[in-house]
Amino acid sequence: MRNLNDNLAPGTMRVLDRRPTLQRRSFLRGGGLGAIGIAVIPAAGIAATKDVAARQSFRHLGAATGKTLVRMARDLYPHDKLADGFYLEAVAPYDAAAAKDKGVKSLLGEGVQDLDRRARQRHGVPYAEMKTEDERVALLKDIESTPFFKKVQGDLVTGLYNNKKLWPLFGYEGSSWQKGGYVNRGFDDIDWL
Amino acid sequence: MADQTQFSLHDDSVVVIVGSGAGGGTLANELAQRGVKCVVLEAGKHYTPDDFENDEWAMFNKISWLDKRISAGGWHHTRTYPNLPAWIVKGVGGSTVHWSGVALRFQEHDFRTRTTYGAIEGANVLDWPITLAELEPYYDLAEKKMGVAGSKASGLPPMPPNNHYKVIEAGARKVGYKNIVRPAASNSKVYDGRPACQQIGFCMQGCKIGAKWSTLYTEVPRAQATGNVELRPESMVLQIQHDKDGRANGVLYVDGKGRRQLQKARVVCVAGNSIESPRLLLNSASGLFPNGLANSSGQVGRNYMNHATAAAVSIHKGPVYMYRGFDIAAVVADEVPLDTRRGFVGGYYLEGLALHLPYTAAFMKPGGWGRDFASALEMYDHMSCVWVCGEDLAREQNSITLHPTEKDQYGLPVPIVTKTYHENDDRITAHGLVQWRKLSEAVGATRVIDMPAYPASHNMGTNRMSAKAGDGVVNKWGQAHDVKNLFISDGSQFTSSSAANPTLTIVALAIRQAEHIAGAMQRREL
Repeated sequence: MRNLNDNLAPGTMRVLDRRPTLQRRSFLRGGGLGAIGIAVIPAAGIAATKDVAARQSFRHLGAATGKTLVRMARDLYPHDKLADGFYLEAVAPYDAAAAKDKGVKSLLGEGVQDLDRRARQRHGVPYAEMKTEDERVALLKDIESTPFFKKVQGDLVTGLYNNKKLWPLFGYEGSSWQKGGYVNRGFDDIDWL
Repeated sequence: MADQTQFSLHDDSVVVIVGSGAGGGTLANELAQRGVKCVVLEAGKHYTPDDFENDEWAMFNKISWLDKRISAGGWHHTRTYPNLPAWIVKGVGGSTVHWSGVALRFQEHDFRTRTTYGAIEGANVLDWPITLAELEPYYDLAEKKMGVAGSKASGLPPMPPNNHYKVIEAGARKVGYKNIVRPAASNSKVYDGRPACQQIGFCMQGCKIGAKWSTLYTEVPRAQATGNVELRPESMVLQIQHDKDGRANGVLYVDGKGRRQLQKARVVCVAGNSIESPRLLLNSASGLFPNGLANSSGQVGRNYMNHATAAAVSIHKGPVYMYRGFDIAAVVADEVPLDTRRGFVGGYYLEGLALHLPYTAAFMKPGGWGRDFASALEMYDHMSCVWVCGEDLAREQNSITLHPTEKDQYGLPVPIVTKTYHENDDRITAHGLVQWRKLSEAVGATRVIDMPAYPASHNMGTNRMSAKAGDGVVNKWGQAHDVKNLFISDGSQFTSSSAANPTLTIVALAIRQAEHIAGAMQRREL
């Protein structure tokens, strides 16, 4: 089984299926982050839970700021097949951090305000309501050297890519010693060279 | 620490060794086997394989040396890693806990760079006071000690090639490379009472099963088992003290409970890696040694080398899963021999080195973002990755110095690590990246992304060997020119960097130094 874009004949290599699978249990678990943690749900289906989750998760920063941070996170690292849940999970900790640290609260709050101001000036709507990715990216480029941008961008590197639930979607298997390493799990079975 | 001998602080017959890594750990065991009594002071904690996790960031945060340091100078680290100039370990075993395991020897001319290259403008190139011929027997002993797979000395067969190795090798051969090697200090078979490699792939996070050589579970416990060595972890050395005749006589340190202790010493050996070792000498300045202990030459802390390095990932047309298996894949050695037609002196290795997903996201393009970045990362499982490891030239201005005012948690001045690469160094990395691109594209790689070097894991040169006292800090035995019973036992002894990863050479030098020190002590010369 190959990745969709590989132009290779079927072989004997142990290849991972990176397509996200719907985890029925977690989907049914209900509101909050857990419900959208691992599954890919069609965008329409997630719209309602998105707003609910944003309201639930950003009590200190506010739902609008939370929503903007999630949008910004996806614009920074756009993986079309990744559920919003991963981006939400990555920025959700900011809310507790803002509660503890006034500096963080103002950095993020004012950063979002500035981004929205630029969006309204240029496009008449706040950032999260802008329809075109290229236009949103252009605004992000404008604020690239700001401490606000650098914090969000820097934190996402681990907030997103150090999330174990995300790894299978990138063909990465994580911890291996408990499974006896790869000596019997295809460490040398490449078949397309 | 039950079952190990304990020495009195007042026992002035002991050798005090600062650091328990490739240099300090090996030295302790080699001296112990010869009946010499030692106290090993290790700044870090005593982690064991039980503490190791197959998790890049968890282990980075757990075992890295994260005490405040400052990057300065022209290298990109001043911007990208301003407080992480180097990536080394703070723990028993030192950087042998997280090293990749590749064990390469120096070449013959690496010991005679001044003679071979001539004087190079903007560099402080110098010959070692030893030759390859003198070190060869100790390289054999080191390869046997460490279990270097594929070496004659160990008798171990080479490590079996993994997918990452195969992809790199195939491309390398297509572009005409022939010298593809992989001397790995990891058990291709059961060896030395330790299991065979299971291709776990988290070598740089501490080998969970002890297949990869590390002083943590070889030299250090063996040294303790002789009854001649006491290991004191969480002991940060503040200062080396000396008597009125300039002879080292004690080591002041802070123990795990924050108490200052003074251990008397007959001989002091410093092996704290190339930032802490010179820092300690500088911090040991006194009336007799106003510029730092053993620093009449002014070269302590200077000539800092960390290799000319760069990295790159290539995205291939099929899956690679570079994380499956031993971290070092194919090592292309064809560009190591001297060939000035390429436009530079020295040479480099192209070392296949796997990164897991979290590190790839962090190091592929620090500060990078957007669709270009994300689309590359989506192809993580199709990636191969190289680490270009080339010789960098000694430059006097590349240095470890003490911050004039800022202090760390021990009350010691924060070290400033200043590095500006020489033009020659830049030509090496540029050439290496071009060649990597060629060999990747030769097997159909669709994208090659050049990366900036990550924080320096190879740190050398800051207490260098020299024939003449004015040119360096130590002599051919690693013995300080100015202080006869003070030795440097780590990579800060290196006079040149060569293109080779330093660990094997550090171990060889430590075996040789132990022989010398033990003999000199027996003859009452020390």
